[in-house]
Amino acid sequence: MSELIKLTPPLSDQDVVALKAGDKVLVSGTIYTGRDAAHKRMVDALAEGKELPIDLRGAMIYYVGPTPAPPGRVIGAAGPTSSYRMDAYAPTLMAQGLKAMIGKGRRSQEVKDAMALHKAVYLAAIGGAGALMAQCIKQAEVIAYPELGPEAVRRLVVEDMPLFVVNDVQGGDLYEQGREAYSRI
Amino acid sequence: MANPRTVEVSAIADAVARLCGEANLYLPEDVRQAFIQAQSDEESPVGREVLGRLLENADIAAAEKMAICQDCGLALVFIDLGQDVHLVGGDLTEAVNQGVARGYEDYYLRKSACGVFTRANTGDNTPCMIYLRIVPGDQVHLWVVPKGGGSENMSKVFLLTPAVGRSGVKKAVLDTVIAAGPNPCPPIILAVAVGGTFEDAALRAKRTLLHELDWVNPDPEAAELEKELFEEVNKLGIGPAGLGGSTTCLRVFVDLKASHIASLPVSVNLQCHAARHKEAAL
Repeated sequence: MSELIKLTPPLSDQDVVALKAGDKVLVSGTIYTGRDAAHKRMVDALAEGKELPIDLRGAMIYYVGPTPAPPGRVIGAAGPTSSYRMDAYAPTLMAQGLKAMIGKGRRSQEVKDAMALHKAVYLAAIGGAGALMAQCIKQAEVIAYPELGPEAVRRLVVEDMPLFVVNDVQGGDLYEQGREAYSRI
Repeated sequence: MANPRTVEVSAIADAVARLCGEANLYLPEDVRQAFIQAQSDEESPVGREVLGRLLENADIAAAEKMAICQDCGLALVFIDLGQDVHLVGGDLTEAVNQGVARGYEDYYLRKSACGVFTRANTGDNTPCMIYLRIVPGDQVHLWVVPKGGGSENMSKVFLLTPAVGRSGVKKAVLDTVIAAGPNPCPPIILAVAVGGTFEDAALRAKRTLLHELDWVNPDPEAAELEKELFEEVNKLGIGPAGLGGSTTCLRVFVDLKASHIASLPVSVNLQCHAARHKEAAL
């Protein structure tokens, strides 16, 4: 496991290929939020030949539905949601240039295959650490689908957001490696 | 015969609103102590780091009055209603839902309730789930448990064949935890109910989440199963945040009850490490 790797989107193929499962990453810069409902809207839009509300080339999407911002804060608690619910949509977005997905929990084999094909990476934030993650978010703005409330697409500006590389383009999987290292059965 | 004690449902609504807020903002002390204990027991450096971040997260949430976790859950409201209480001033169910709606608004909590097919948000986190029992006495005891979707989605009910016995029950529980892996935000609280019926097992498992984590199970048969499952689950290697480690669960609760001669129901309810629960008595 290496020391901290700093990443700033948009990410290149080179940035992504260098990442290995187990690496610790600090992300700074602009990322986008999206969960189930926003993913469905974006994939439907592509199917209808419409433009997406965000430029996915080199982009990072954070699977999060934050709490409302308390007074004086830019955002509320903002930890990751379970990523598998986005598995049905993720390969389509990777084909559009999406380079990194941030969430928690396992991905499907189809998503892992698409990551290898399109050179994309899957990063985990610590699930349940919503207030901690909010500290890294310096700006937040709803830029699409405001009617979805917590599920709207937001543009976030983050600083040193701490993440773990879970799935890399070579097929490495931190969840499997971690469990194997500590399994006593 | 004791005179009934009068309780206004608006007082219950006020208490529910406050409990929704406090449950979501302040990590319970029993869970904090379990994190600290796990930090000293955990074998993985990354696991210890995760546990440290969770403690830091709880401190930030409390200081900033921000939710511990963005998934403020559906609100589960457990009510033990004393049989000598006379509720006045309106409909109890309406009052509890109003309390939930107010609490989720006033404390800046995420509203996560939506239509099952439209997926349109109901806007105020109602309907809440209400579980009412009539008990002796003249008090109204309330618990609010915000239950997140990530851990709930990994939960299971099994209707096993009696022939599989105790080892079959343990296998069903362990298989559920293995299948869940990193998804339910480990280290988890593992709530298991065996016996009763399909729905009774599910509710009894959920109800164990009202206990403090250091609660001592008075049923020796259940306590023994808790101990065995705790050891075996923590050998799985899933670890904090699923990144590998020796702390996969913080506590196992087991509730045993007689079942039909044909049946062996088992409910396995997973609770995330943000094991929020808050209670009050009126």
